Amino acid sequence: MERRVVVTGIGVVSALGRNACEFWDALTKGECGIRPIKQLDMTDVKFKNGAEVPGWNPQEHFEGKQADFLDRFAQFAVVAAREAVKDSGVEWNPTLRERTGIVTGSCVGGKESEDIGYQDLYLRKRGRLSPLTVPRVMANAGASHISIEMGVTGPAFTLSTACSSGNHAIGQAYRMVRSGDVEMALAGGSEAPLTFGHLKAWEALRVVAPDTCRPFSADRLGMVLGEAGAILVLEPREAAIARGAKIYGEIVGFGMSSDAHHLTQSASDGAARAIQGALRDADLSPDQIGYINAHGTATLLNDPMEVVAIRISLGKHAERVPISSTKSMHGHTLGAAGAIEAIATLLALRNCTLPPTANFTKPDPHCDLDVIPNTARKVEVEYALSNSFAFGGLNAVLAFRAPRK
Amino acid sequence: MTEEMVGRVISCVEKTQKLPPNTVTIDSKFEDLGIDSLDGVNILYALETEFNVSIPDEGVLGIKSVREAVDQLDKLLSASGADGAVRA
Repeated sequence: MERRVVVTGIGVVSALGRNACEFWDALTKGECGIRPIKQLDMTDVKFKNGAEVPGWNPQEHFEGKQADFLDRFAQFAVVAAREAVKDSGVEWNPTLRERTGIVTGSCVGGKESEDIGYQDLYLRKRGRLSPLTVPRVMANAGASHISIEMGVTGPAFTLSTACSSGNHAIGQAYRMVRSGDVEMALAGGSEAPLTFGHLKAWEALRVVAPDTCRPFSADRLGMVLGEAGAILVLEPREAAIARGAKIYGEIVGFGMSSDAHHLTQSASDGAARAIQGALRDADLSPDQIGYINAHGTATLLNDPMEVVAIRISLGKHAERVPISSTKSMHGHTLGAAGAIEAIATLLALRNCTLPPTANFTKPDPHCDLDVIPNTARKVEVEYALSNSFAFGGLNAVLAFRAPRK
Repeated sequence: MTEEMVGRVISCVEKTQKLPPNTVTIDSKFEDLGIDSLDGVNILYALETEFNVSIPDEGVLGIKSVREAVDQLDKLLSASGADGAVRA
């Protein structure tokens, strides 16, 4: 028998702050975390802005030599996981540790360590790399460090599906808890993509905005990269109620699809099939959806494609459902995007406040849905969706339910 | 190997392990310092960089103490004729 799955703990490190409280506070105020990137010399990069975690100092979070063993992206994963676990009030015991799973998403892995290593090798001609390069670069480092630090010994793995990684990770964890494979899961994603080599690669794609991220706005100029770690604690609803846990909301459905279309251009019918899959999995009709946290990258192509996908999957209800892209505030955090947006969606349901699409200046006739421009909206909503549509055409959509019922 | 060079080896161990200065001596055993296999290769990397020398894989797994690291390095530097003075 399938079990209902709730979220009982959240942790977020992002450009909007060091924890979930600061994150939510900024989202509701429509504050934008996009600023000039400080962690590296941006002279030779065409764009200058990113959604950077402000004032990050690993030594504040990791003692002694421990910090040397973690790339920045893995540091974000561990710190977010610590917050989520503490927030959930979980008390570990040997059985629970064995019956807990960890699923993390990462698009690009330890880019900072790779970049430093290759600079040593190619630029400084040093002829040798740090032996910590491999364990720092591996995309599963976040999951591994969480497992080691918390002594969690159940199934743990990492998914990499570009911008959908976080949603795929939470979706797999959701299914493991739902089916009874595990009694608890830590799921989410982390990314630290602001390195010189990687930013130059994005520059070449010509999809990064020179100033800021304006999803669904007629004058949008592209996405803005961000870094973040976001982890959620998932457990069966009955177990959470039994231990008196705080419940942020319920995960009620997960839909996946692939476009079989193009490396960088999403196809609206593929995206729509993922939305429909989530609705079907949750046994929801389109008119029950009260909010959509959109993929909303603010590239010229994504936003109108997503609007079409929402119209295909929700029909006439699309004209009524409020949607927003919180990427306008926390940036596009790639492998962490689904996770950070899942947390935004859950907090929106729990706090009866829909976060806005920030930086919105001018309606686009091709994106003519209710995009909650600039100002958060007080609305009680029961069901919400969170969309992720990755490069390579891999789509993942989660459906959530407010904790009230 | 000069005392100054031994000091540099000890410094490499202390810096890599984030240990306070003067914690490590030439008689320190890696096990007592909590140095595992990954720490060990990281120390070798620090020594290679510090002394601008390439330490071969053969024999390095047998190094269990600071003194053994110094001896191994001494042999390498003598054989190569390098004085270890040049930093990479």
